[in-house]
Amino acid sequence: MKAALFETLQAARSAKRPAALVTALSDGAQALVFHDRVDGDLPEELVLAARTRLRDNAGGVLEHGDVRYFVDCHNPPLRIIVVGAVHISQTLVPMAAIAGYEVIVIDPRASFATTDRFPNVRLLDDWPDEAMTTLAPDSRTAVVTLTHDPKLDDPALEVALKSDAFYIACLGSRRTHARRLDRLRDAGFDDAALDRIHGPAGLAIGAVSPAEIALSILAELTAVLHAAPAASRAA
Amino acid sequence: MTDINAFASQDDVLGTVGAWRAEGRKVAIATVVKTWGSSPRPVGSRLVVDGDGAMVGSVSGGCIEGAVIKQAFEVMADGKPRLLDFGVSDEQAWDVGLACGGKVEVWVERLED
Repeated sequence: MKAALFETLQAARSAKRPAALVTALSDGAQALVFHDRVDGDLPEELVLAARTRLRDNAGGVLEHGDVRYFVDCHNPPLRIIVVGAVHISQTLVPMAAIAGYEVIVIDPRASFATTDRFPNVRLLDDWPDEAMTTLAPDSRTAVVTLTHDPKLDDPALEVALKSDAFYIACLGSRRTHARRLDRLRDAGFDDAALDRIHGPAGLAIGAVSPAEIALSILAELTAVLHAAPAASRAA
Repeated sequence: MTDINAFASQDDVLGTVGAWRAEGRKVAIATVVKTWGSSPRPVGSRLVVDGDGAMVGSVSGGCIEGAVIKQAFEVMADGKPRLLDFGVSDEQAWDVGLACGGKVEVWVERLED
């Protein structure tokens, strides 16, 4: 790999710009494919194929003529937006970071969202609906609400439900969750929308401590991400 | 309090390449480009090796890393990238391979100056 290409790739990664690194598995010639430009020489057909793979985040080998090409997708990391700088968040945040997620915590309450409680994480003290709108959840984003407070959770959920977020979950008992669904229904969300919400959040692994609850949420989120059997909830 | 970035960076193999390059170390990059069956690491997984044999990342559960590092030294020496093929190991013959029954192709290249 040429140093200049490596630098460009690293710059794209730190700017969270999707890029596909395409390598000819013959002589090792390489090109970087972005949505709007290509660095290096590559047949148009391969550029288009690489862009499709980048969009689907599906790296792999392509054949073109007699040459095999490897497409390596560099998409920004998956994100988890955590609403509520609460005790469970303090364990969920480092666990999610270890699992490779970019984590953002939203909590407008100054005594909760402190860097002492949440070192090295992006903390937003805006009102949740504003913060969520700014963050613009996409299909590589999960949203977890943990405050138990409808004033904070609901506005965040309303933005999440209008987005492509791949996982939306809410902490709270079944009773709390039923009331939450009633409020959201009154706000105009239909059953199909409400069905996207995982509540109570997390797989049923008998979690009790904050760390165990964080683990169950991360496990459920992983199952949903990979469409694994554990992702299908009991009715 | 634990520095969560320290954990996250363990997975940033390309970040290691950048750091090593800045220190003037030789670097070879091995990347899983294709898998068959139950191979342990997915396509795109990387192992990087420096001129002294220091390594970060992985391309398998540990079964083929030794052979990949050996090839990485060759690539660092002659600059020619290589496509390596690893199949199911034959324990009787002490072959290098994947005990899990999978197959992988690994691309090994040098970071050019």
